[in-house]
Amino acid sequence: MSTLNPTAAISAVPAEHGPGEDNYLTHGRGFLSWALTLDHKRIGVMYLVGIITFFIVGGLSALLLRTTLLTPGAKDVSKAFVTHDMYNVLFTVHGAIMVFIVIIPGIPAALGNFVLPLMLGAKDVAFPRLNLASFWFWCTGVVLLLSTLILGGVDTGWTFYTPYSTGHAMAGVIPALFGAFMLGFSSIFTGLNFIVTIHKLRPPEMGWFKMPLMLWAVYSTALIQVLATPVLGITLLLLIVERLVGLGIFAPELGGDPVLFQHFFWFYSHPAVYIMILPAMGVMSELIAVFSRKHIFGYRFIAYSSVAIAIFGFLVWGHHMFVSGQSNLLNMIFSALTFSVAIPSAIKVFNWLATLYRGSIWLATPMVYALSFMWIFGIGGLTGLFLGTLATDVHLHDTYFVVAHFHFVMAGTIFVFFGAVFYWWPKITGKMYEENLALWGALLSVIGFNITFLVQFVLGVQGMPRRYYNYLPDFQPLHVASTIGAYVQLIGFGLSILCLLRSLARGKPAPMNPWGAATLEWRTSSPPPWFNFHESPPAEDPYDFSLVQYDPASNSYVYRGAAQRAPAAAH
Amino acid sequence: MSHAMLSGTQLLGFMPVRASTVAPQVDAAFLFIFWVSLFFFVLIAGLMFAFIILYRRRSPGQEAGSRVTHNTPLEILWSVIPTLIVCVMFWWGFRIFMDMRTAPENAYEIQVEARKWSWTFFYPGGIDSDELHVPIDTPVLLTMSSQDVIHSCYIPAFRIKRDVVPGRYAKLWFQADKAGTYPLFCAEYCGKSHSDMRTVAVVHENGEFEKWLETANPLTALTPEQYQEYVGGPEAFIEKYRSDPQFGKIASKLETPEKLGEKLREKKACTQCHTIDGGASTGPTWKGLFGSQREFRDGGSVVADENYIRESILEPNKHIVKGFDAAMPKVPIKDREIEALIAYIKTLK
Repeated sequence: MSTLNPTAAISAVPAEHGPGEDNYLTHGRGFLSWALTLDHKRIGVMYLVGIITFFIVGGLSALLLRTTLLTPGAKDVSKAFVTHDMYNVLFTVHGAIMVFIVIIPGIPAALGNFVLPLMLGAKDVAFPRLNLASFWFWCTGVVLLLSTLILGGVDTGWTFYTPYSTGHAMAGVIPALFGAFMLGFSSIFTGLNFIVTIHKLRPPEMGWFKMPLMLWAVYSTALIQVLATPVLGITLLLLIVERLVGLGIFAPELGGDPVLFQHFFWFYSHPAVYIMILPAMGVMSELIAVFSRKHIFGYRFIAYSSVAIAIFGFLVWGHHMFVSGQSNLLNMIFSALTFSVAIPSAIKVFNWLATLYRGSIWLATPMVYALSFMWIFGIGGLTGLFLGTLATDVHLHDTYFVVAHFHFVMAGTIFVFFGAVFYWWPKITGKMYEENLALWGALLSVIGFNITFLVQFVLGVQGMPRRYYNYLPDFQPLHVASTIGAYVQLIGFGLSILCLLRSLARGKPAPMNPWGAATLEWRTSSPPPWFNFHESPPAEDPYDFSLVQYDPASNSYVYRGAAQRAPAAAH
Repeated sequence: MSHAMLSGTQLLGFMPVRASTVAPQVDAAFLFIFWVSLFFFVLIAGLMFAFIILYRRRSPGQEAGSRVTHNTPLEILWSVIPTLIVCVMFWWGFRIFMDMRTAPENAYEIQVEARKWSWTFFYPGGIDSDELHVPIDTPVLLTMSSQDVIHSCYIPAFRIKRDVVPGRYAKLWFQADKAGTYPLFCAEYCGKSHSDMRTVAVVHENGEFEKWLETANPLTALTPEQYQEYVGGPEAFIEKYRSDPQFGKIASKLETPEKLGEKLREKKACTQCHTIDGGASTGPTWKGLFGSQREFRDGGSVVADENYIRESILEPNKHIVKGFDAAMPKVPIKDREIEALIAYIKTLK
């Protein structure tokens, strides 16, 4: 791979560069230099802007839902601001945006794109054109998905259950399905690219067990993306054909089986949960180690647990159908397999905790997000036990307990996403952010999140079904509390995004390595040059923090090099 | 549709009221998982905060106090212990689930029909109701079917739930052991008025259920001769038979056809789509309906008389009024109930 190594001319340039230096942001100007770029960093940045934009759209639609739920609903719906139909469209749009547009591509496509080649010391991903195609597929998917709002609306929920979606829903189901289909392809392209990149572009000295754990996680994720997403594509196409020409795959009156759709759908959508959470776990392993300034504890257990989650994640889809009429035998098998996923998840949490033990813990904003995720994922993971257990799932299925559980797990990854954004922000933009504002944003959004969803567990246990526009008045106090939490989140996330924008406008120049991380992306300038590295850095143990030392003069960390390092850590 | 509300005291506790034989078993498993989870959560969060406080970085260049990278026995230990605990959860939950799924031979059978967006319960002997009525301490088996999309019958107080998938029968059994009125929800999203597709399960004390059955459908309990007499003069008829030793129970449940029609509008969930004040909704308003000229989408038109209303109820999507969609389900209804509804609609000028 000679093209991936910097040329002799470039490597002659000194390693330190001033702010006026040519970098990937200044390398070319104009719309087309971005829209047609093959640079993984620019594609990552475009993804990042798009994803944060739609995080705001999806978040605001959730705020409208929560505001509607302040009152249990009146008989006179004509006076309501949000009607029955609008409510159903809103929760569908909220779910579809957050799942397909924001969280699934969130960490891999935006941040993964940016850091994966850098972490390998490589110039780019293996297939830069495929990478660009992935981004434009994502854009097309977004436009198609949202076009449903002017083409009749979609009120099926993001799950598109048949026969409601084929014979009863609003007119805009098909554009929404095509949108999800395109977003699926975007996801497959990203996954395929990452698999090949990790196999082929690792530097010779970086064996599998010398990779940063972020790469193990992204690799496991990519396997799921490539293997599971095509099933979603086929399922959505079958749904489109059934709706258009009445093919009897799912419709009972045509000899089809509505539950078959659920099997197809969850065969993708359960693994998709791990598409969302595995990259977050990868980022967690980086953040916890760097901000504890201590070697990650139990590298191999964490690496293997990522792969275990990816494999087991394929075998548990039936737990979404415990009350659908699935046979007792299948229910038993799926319940047992579901618990098997709990173990690797628990291992990761214990390993992160052990990494904190006797570390040097720096409560910078990315670390606050990471620690928040440990709290949130602890709750999300443990409440999954109630849903994996057959007897308790029967009561809790399709209630607010499930809503709270999957927000604690899937939406919890948003906190890691923000942690990752703040962590790599100096590298991406070359600017530092204001620590105090960022901390306030993090704390308020975490507190708001906990208020919003902790009370929903109680609502669910008490029997409040999900996707309800009207509800029994007894549930009102808890709904009001949940809505207050949502507004606190608005303030928190608002401050965080404001902090990022202020940093763009007036942030101080970022040093090469502000956090003291030992992974390779911190061995190039901030922001990196067009070709990523002037000199391809040698890959060493990504968690050996004796390689980087604090430098009071620049208030950042500098690489000491293998020659001067302290005696190797005890293994 | 009538909604008996949960009492405040029932909601103050963490779990809803337990009113079936399986509910205490489910709650026991729930509490086991709850305490195990709480233990692990307190452990994780407690250690996390302890480590944050104990090992926080006090100066920028501070190094970690330990350079340990792994400890295989410890890691195996914290993999094995959770595995053993979840095995207990799995087995416990599975055993209770099998009890939930295995109905006794002698269960009292009730047929259930679900549709967008109401329920009808059919009891042996041709009685039906929009609320689920069951005797206490008796196994009851619901055989459920759906007219249109997937619904799900959920009674939190009984801790049971089962999807009603169109094209097949779904069975659900329970044995209620506490008299009272409990919410019954549709738990599977089924469209616009999904959240209004709720009713109640009424558990009758010993011997009361049979009495309820006798008078559940007072109109249909009348013989043809009695019905003629009732229609001829409802108020006089009720007055005449109110204190009749055998027939009094039914007669006292009767009201004028107009009043019964008004109640049927609620019971048959007509309220979800038809207003009575001229307001817009999924279906045409009933205000001023009777005697008006109806314009259909296919270009036809007709004056809304008794025959038109009867046909619109029995074959709802045969003629669709301009500006509306064919969205009305076939709701089980008896001739005498249709007559009461027509009498009520006539009053809505």
